[in-house]
Amino acid sequence: MPTELPDNPRTHRSLWVDVWLTFRQHTGALIGVGVFSTIVLAVFLGPFVHDVDPQYLDLQARNQGVSLSHPLGTDNLGRDTLAQVFAGGRISLAVGFAAMFLSLVLGTAVGTLAGYFRRLDGPLMRFTDLFLALPLLPLLLVIIMLFRDTLRNAFGPETGIFLLIVFVIGITSWMQTARIVRGEVLAIKEREFITAARSIGTRERRIVSRHILPNALSPIMVSATLGIANAIITESALSFLGLGFPPDFPTWGRLLFDGANFITITPARVLWPGLAISLTVLSVNYIGDGLRDALDPRLRDT
Amino acid sequence: MKLRHSTPLIAMILFMAACAPDDAETVPEDTVENRHLNILYWQAASIVNPYLSGGTKDIEAASLVVEPLAHYDDNAGMVPILAAEIPTVENGGVAEDLRSITWKLKPGIVWSDGTPLTAHDVAFSGAYCLDEQAGCAALASFTDVAAVKAVDDHTVRITFDVAKPWPYGPFVGSLTPVIQREQFQDCLGARAQECTAQNFGPIGTGPFKVDDFRANDVINYSANERFREPGKPWFRTVTLKGGGDAASAARAVLETGEYDYAWNLQVEPEVLAQMVAAGKGQVLMGFGSQVERLMVNQTNDDSNLGERRSLYLDGANPHPFLSDPAVRHALSLAIDREVLVEAGYGDAGRPTCNVVPAPSRYASVANEACKTPDPAEANRILDEAGWVSGTDGVRAKDGTRLSILYQTSTNSVRQATQALVKQMWDAIGVETELRNIDGAVFFGADPASPDTFQKFFADVQMYTNNFQGTDPEVYMAGWVCDQDPGPHNQWLGTNIPRGCSAEYDDLVEQLSTTPPGDDRARIAKRLNDIIVQNHYMIPLIWRAAVSARSNSLMGVRMNPWDSELWNIADWHR
Repeated sequence: MPTELPDNPRTHRSLWVDVWLTFRQHTGALIGVGVFSTIVLAVFLGPFVHDVDPQYLDLQARNQGVSLSHPLGTDNLGRDTLAQVFAGGRISLAVGFAAMFLSLVLGTAVGTLAGYFRRLDGPLMRFTDLFLALPLLPLLLVIIMLFRDTLRNAFGPETGIFLLIVFVIGITSWMQTARIVRGEVLAIKEREFITAARSIGTRERRIVSRHILPNALSPIMVSATLGIANAIITESALSFLGLGFPPDFPTWGRLLFDGANFITITPARVLWPGLAISLTVLSVNYIGDGLRDALDPRLRDT
Repeated sequence: MKLRHSTPLIAMILFMAACAPDDAETVPEDTVENRHLNILYWQAASIVNPYLSGGTKDIEAASLVVEPLAHYDDNAGMVPILAAEIPTVENGGVAEDLRSITWKLKPGIVWSDGTPLTAHDVAFSGAYCLDEQAGCAALASFTDVAAVKAVDDHTVRITFDVAKPWPYGPFVGSLTPVIQREQFQDCLGARAQECTAQNFGPIGTGPFKVDDFRANDVINYSANERFREPGKPWFRTVTLKGGGDAASAARAVLETGEYDYAWNLQVEPEVLAQMVAAGKGQVLMGFGSQVERLMVNQTNDDSNLGERRSLYLDGANPHPFLSDPAVRHALSLAIDREVLVEAGYGDAGRPTCNVVPAPSRYASVANEACKTPDPAEANRILDEAGWVSGTDGVRAKDGTRLSILYQTSTNSVRQATQALVKQMWDAIGVETELRNIDGAVFFGADPASPDTFQKFFADVQMYTNNFQGTDPEVYMAGWVCDQDPGPHNQWLGTNIPRGCSAEYDDLVEQLSTTPPGDDRARIAKRLNDIIVQNHYMIPLIWRAAVSARSNSLMGVRMNPWDSELWNIADWHR
C-alpha cells in the first residue's frame, strides 16, 4: 500500500511497526528467527510427517545408519533417532521457555521493586543475595525430594515432573535478572523524563509500567535469551542425576548424554540433539540481540 | 552444573586428540618404564584398609599390600597364602564339633619392614574388626566368632559361638586380611578411623608396599623386596589411578593403550567390541555370583502412607497388587532375558533364573523354564486371576491398576534394560513408569534419603548383588523374614523385597548347621527356589566381572571370587 505509507519519517507509526522496522535491519536476528521457527515447526509438526513412536524398541534395527525408514538412524535399542529428537525438542523447548518465563517475571518484579522503591531495596536485594549464595544443586535435590511424590500423585508422573522442573529451574535462576534490572531501574529513575512524568502527576504504577520498564527492556531481553539456554542445560543435568524426567522420556540433554559413548558408532545420536541445542540457543540469542536494538528507544532510529 | 555435562564430551575429544598412537610393544625389556604397571579403577580408592571400607575399589587397592590367610583362586578353590594349609576336619584343623578352626602360618614370612609375621598379628586383626566401636565393614565375615586367639607364634585359633560348618569367614579372601599389630595397636575401637597414616599406608606381607597415597585419586606402590617368593613381583612399581567412568576406562586400555589394566567395565557390548577392534588390549571376563535381578516389593509403597511406606509390619502392609503371586509370575514370564543380554551385556552376561547361579554345586536347575519367555501364558494367568484389561490397555481389578514404578541406578546399560522390560510388560497390559537414581544415592545407604535401595519406595527395583567367596550361607540368610528394612534397623535390613516364608526361615537355620556336602547343596538350592518361584526376586542376568588388559600384560587370571588383583605378583610382560 504505497499510497498510504510514503517514506516520510513524520508519518505516525505505532511502536511495534517501529520495532519491526528496526528489527528487520538486523540480519543475524532475522536468520535467528528463521532458524528458530524452523526448529519449533519441525519439532511440533515433524511427528505428523515422520510418525514413528520415539519409544518403540526394535532390536532387529539397532545402531542403524541413515535409511528411508530411519532418516537419522537408530540408537542401540533400535529407537528412531529422528523421532526422539522431535519428542525431546518438545520437552526441552517447553521446559526452556516456561522456566525462562517464570524466572523473568520473578526477576523483573524483584528488580523493579528493589530499584524503584528505596525502602524495599535493602530487604529485596539481601533476599536475592541469599538465593545467590544457596548451593543450587543441593537445593534442587531437596525441593524435588519434598514435592516429587505429591505432584506425581496430583498430576501424574509426566505433568507433575514437568511442573516441578519448570518451577525449580525458574525459582533458582531469577537472581541475575533481578540484579540487572535493579541496576537499570536505579539509573533510569534519575533521568529527566521520569522527573517530568512525576511533575505532571503520573502515578507511580504508571511511571513504572510506561516509562521505566520499556526502557529497561533490553537487559531483560538479554537475560531472557540466556535463561532459555540455561534452563535447557539445567534440565539435562537433573535428568542425568535421575531427578528430572523418567529415563524413557527423551529430552535433548538426555539424548546427548546417552549418545556420548556411541559417538563413533552412531554419530547422529550426538550430532543432532547437540546441533539442536546449539542452534536453539544461538538463534534465541540473536533474536534477543535484535530485539534489544529494536526496543531500545536510544538505538532505534526514527 | 554446565560443566558436569560438557565434561565427558570435551574430555573425550581431548582424549582422542591427545592420544596419538604410540608403540608400547617395542619398549625394550627391563627398562624402568617396562617394569612399571599402570592400573585404572574408575572408582578411586579412598582408603587402603579394607576393614574400614566395604567398597570393592578399596579392598582391591589394599589387596596388593595386605594379605589374608587364604585366597579364593579363579576356580573358586581356596589357596593358602599366609597359612601353611587349609584347615579341614580331616586334617584336624577344624574341630570335630565344628566350633573352632586352627590355622598354622607358613614359616619365615616377614612384613615389609622386616619384622616377622606371627599369630599375634592375626589375633590382633580379629580383635581390631570385632571391636564394636571400630565400625568394621567386614563384620559379616566374623559372624558367630567368639574369639581369635594366638596359640603360639605360628598357630591361631578362631572359636565360634555355634557349630560352624563353614568356618572360612575370617581371614579368607581379601576383605579380611592380616594387618600388623605393631602398626595398628593404637588404632583399636573408636580410634580406627583417626589413624590416617596407618589406614593410608598399611605395612603388609604382600608383593607391593604403598609409597604414596592420595585419597580418591592415585596410589603409587613399589615392590616389596622382602616378599616371600623370590623373583616376584616382576613389576617394580605400580600406579593405581582412580576416576572417570567405565567407558573411558575401557578406552584407556583398549583403544589408547595408556593403561595396562582397567576394572569393572559395564559398557554396552557394541561399544566394547569397537574398542577391542583397536587391537591394543583384550577383555577379560569371569563369571562369579553376580546376578542382575528385579526386586519385587511385597509391601505397599504408596506415598500417601507416610511413615508406613514400604514397611513390612508383620504382613499388615501388603502391596496392592504385587502381593498377588499370579501378577509376579506373569511379570517374570513376560521378560525375554535373551534380549536383555543381547542389548546390554553381550558375552558378559547370560540369562539366568536363579539368584545363586554359581558355584555349580549350589546352582539350582529347577527354574530353567523362565529362560523361555511366554507372554501368552502370562496373559492367561492374569486373566485367570481376574486382572482384566481396561479401556487404556492396562489391566485392573477392583479399581487397582497394574501400574508399576520401576527404579534403578543411573547407568546406560540399566536404562536400556528398563526400557526393554517396560515394552515387554506393556505387552501383557502392565503399565510401567521408569525412574533412575544416581548410584551414589541409590547405593549410599543414607537412612535420611528416600531414594536408597533399602527404602525401596517403588514397586520394582533392579540391581546386581553377589556374595563374597564361594559359600552362599550368609548371603541367603539375609532374606529371612526379620531382616526386613525399616527404622528398627536403621533401614539396613537385607531382605529388600520384604517377602516372607516360614519354610525359608526354617531352611536357613538348617543350612547354618549342615556341613558342606550334598545336603548343604540341596538346602541351598531349595532356598534359591523358594525365592525365585515365589518371584520375590526375578533374576535376569548372570553377569561376568569384566576387565581389560593390554596385550603386553601377561599372567592375569580373572578372578570373580576374590580381588581381581589377587595374583598380581605373577603379572609380567
